[in-house]
Amino acid sequence: MSLQKPLMRGLLAKRLRFHVPIAFALSMLAAVGWKYGVTEPRKKAYAEFYKHYDATKEFTSMREAGVFESVRPTGK
Amino acid sequence: MLRLTAGRVGSLVARRAAVALTTSSARMASHGHEVSEAVDMSKPMYWDRREIPLPDKRYKDILTPADKSLKEKEKGPWGQLSNEEKLALYRLSFCQTYPEMNQSSSEWKTVVAGVLYCIGLTGLVIIWQTAYVSPPAPRTFDAEWQAKQVKRMLDMRVSPIEGFAAQWDYEKGQWK
Repeated sequence: MSLQKPLMRGLLAKRLRFHVPIAFALSMLAAVGWKYGVTEPRKKAYAEFYKHYDATKEFTSMREAGVFESVRPTGK
Repeated sequence: MLRLTAGRVGSLVARRAAVALTTSSARMASHGHEVSEAVDMSKPMYWDRREIPLPDKRYKDILTPADKSLKEKEKGPWGQLSNEEKLALYRLSFCQTYPEMNQSSSEWKTVVAGVLYCIGLTGLVIIWQTAYVSPPAPRTFDAEWQAKQVKRMLDMRVSPIEGFAAQWDYEKGQWK
């Protein structure tokens, strides 16, 4: 009936040695995933939008639709 | 607190009556039917808890003569104790072992069932409320108003890059 003496010390260190690399790897994965899944497509979307953006044309169509309060649609 | 009042009463009445009052104080508090003794929380207590490996006192308070003789034997060299005696001594000091303490139960099924049942009941109450209690919806909920609202949002070019108006094809006049 003689049991092995249980581990008395270094319990936190043991847990950290196991879990911290995993936590680091998952965090890096999350960061890289976010960068290439979200921010890069977003930057591309904005670049595409403004490549052929005609501000005057957009303004005129918005004005004709009647959404502005400072300028009425032309002809009123 | 019950013991205190019973003690004060006991000092005025005879000793025998005081003892009767302390033992029946719990019964008095519980309207006359039999309940267990009120525990004195000011004294050290025994707990079966994971975070308390060595509780404040031994589990068994009242020792039979056999237990007492075992305790006397414990004062000698432990090699002379048989395994049954060692286990008996353990059970004198502790009620449950850690595995016994930590064993899981099926209580969670009852809890989940109760929670889902209450959510279901609440759902029924809400359905009844929407039919009989809530006032009519504001005019902004009408389909016509909503259509006008969507048109105005598209005219204003709400989120034209990645959001709302980005999904509308302005040349063809339809959703992409």
